[in-house]
Amino acid sequence: MNFSYLFDPEHWELGVPGGFPQLILSHLGYSALGLLLGVIIALPVGLYIGHTGRGSFLAINAGNAGRSLPTLGLLMLMVTLLGLGLLPVLIALTVLVVPPILTSTYAGMRAVDHGVVDAAKGMGMRPLQVLFRVEFPMALPVIMGGFRSAALQVIATATVAASVGLGGLGRLLIDGLAVNDYSRVLAGAVVVAVLAVALDLILALVQRWVVSPGLSGRRVRRATAAT
Amino acid sequence: MITFDDVVKVYPGGSTAVDHLTVELPTGKLTALVGPSGCGKTTSLRMINRMVNPTSGRVLIDGQDVSQQDEAKLRRGIGYVIQSAGLFPHRTVLDNVATVPVLVGKTRREARTAALELLDRVGLSPEFAKRYPAQLSGGQQQRVGVARALAADPPIMLMDEPFSAVDPVVRGQLHAEFLRLQNDLGKTIAMVTHDIDEAIKLGDKVAVFRQGGILAQFGTPQELLEKPADDFVAEFVGRDRGLRSLSFDSAASLPVQPVSSQPDLELDDAGRPVRWRSAGDLGGVFTASDSLRVVTDLAISSPVGIAVRVDEQGKADGVVRHHDLVDHLLERRR
Repeated sequence: MNFSYLFDPEHWELGVPGGFPQLILSHLGYSALGLLLGVIIALPVGLYIGHTGRGSFLAINAGNAGRSLPTLGLLMLMVTLLGLGLLPVLIALTVLVVPPILTSTYAGMRAVDHGVVDAAKGMGMRPLQVLFRVEFPMALPVIMGGFRSAALQVIATATVAASVGLGGLGRLLIDGLAVNDYSRVLAGAVVVAVLAVALDLILALVQRWVVSPGLSGRRVRRATAAT
Repeated sequence: MITFDDVVKVYPGGSTAVDHLTVELPTGKLTALVGPSGCGKTTSLRMINRMVNPTSGRVLIDGQDVSQQDEAKLRRGIGYVIQSAGLFPHRTVLDNVATVPVLVGKTRREARTAALELLDRVGLSPEFAKRYPAQLSGGQQQRVGVARALAADPPIMLMDEPFSAVDPVVRGQLHAEFLRLQNDLGKTIAMVTHDIDEAIKLGDKVAVFRQGGILAQFGTPQELLEKPADDFVAEFVGRDRGLRSLSFDSAASLPVQPVSSQPDLELDDAGRPVRWRSAGDLGGVFTASDSLRVVTDLAISSPVGIAVRVDEQGKADGVVRHHDLVDHLLERRR
């Protein structure tokens, strides 16, 4: 086993079918679609449950049940039901990312100081204003934490797409194993790992940008040190 | 004027929080709602801005039933200050203060300009504007809380234990500044507190509640101290209420002896008192605008049992011997 496959410049050329750029692009595509669907489903539900306090059992149970579902098994089930194609992969990846986003959104909303919400209502904010101007921004650090963990999981798991004939970095693993080319398997594993770490770094930057400095404590510490 | 008209609040489960409350909080005055925990004072306060709705009875503001008004609009016209301030941690101090003006449709720019003035008003320098609540001390946060409640210039303010989360020294400062502010602004204020001393110090009127949401007494602080309605109120206002009630009487009516009657008192060239020749330290002086409590304290702590009065220039213009003071206090009770 060696790194020859990974460092072969031919595999890094743009536009080559089966080359790294194309595999990374499709891998990121499946991951992004899965995350997007997950956010569209889990975020509103989590916000609703957190804001109203109604249906919290749903957030907790869906979270636990979702975590215990094996993605590969679910994917195979979807393929038998729906046939080959993008849809079964997206369903499997969405089911993977919904639990961490849902539970973190719910947890973040629950952790918002009741006194602050009381003040917001008492000053005359309407329910949606309380939600979007107070609760959501205050829950954002926790929500972002859940989103980052979902992003890491989906990058690692999107390799399953290759097992049902689609592309992505899983191709290197499946095809490499099939022809006993362990250098290729190693290359796939390394690129997935690097991609995951890089994405998490980018999301950490996004989090710094979207979360108020009043919540993250960065500005706070600097200013207190100065006085 | 805020009117409670036979208001009852029973929570689901049957516990009565407020029991047939009928009371009027006068316009432009601070009414303190005070009582032990679970006496319904906070529930009563929260019924004014409909954070809680009464089970029966009506709450009226200037004759208008609050239950007929849109919740959000009603609340935007009523300043709201809660314990530990309830500031928005994700917004700067300036944007916290600008919250209600923005809600009622002012531009962000207008609201911020007004907010900056308000910070000054509550004694915070402009450098605080860009900070976040977590960077402020408890006392500073509470000032921002007050500024935020004042931002839309509401005629009414509701304050729920606004000073209980800060230490006693800061609380004393905030009390003094708050009284000065209220002197200028003359808002109609309802303030909940569990601290009878705070209620007596800040309140123009005090409503004492007892367990079960029953109004035990409503009156001026002096009435409370001098004529408690029953044993509960007497117990609640405390044992030294006789002495404390002296805070509300001016020393102006107190008869004084001429300074010349006390050759033991040493004066400087300008006629200002310096010390007692026989006993030393004067221990302090009073003016006609001080309260009887100050005079009593001086007479008790003076080494010769005599309190010295001075005029605006600081010249000694009379003395009060402790037995004259006691006679005056006895006279006052009749």
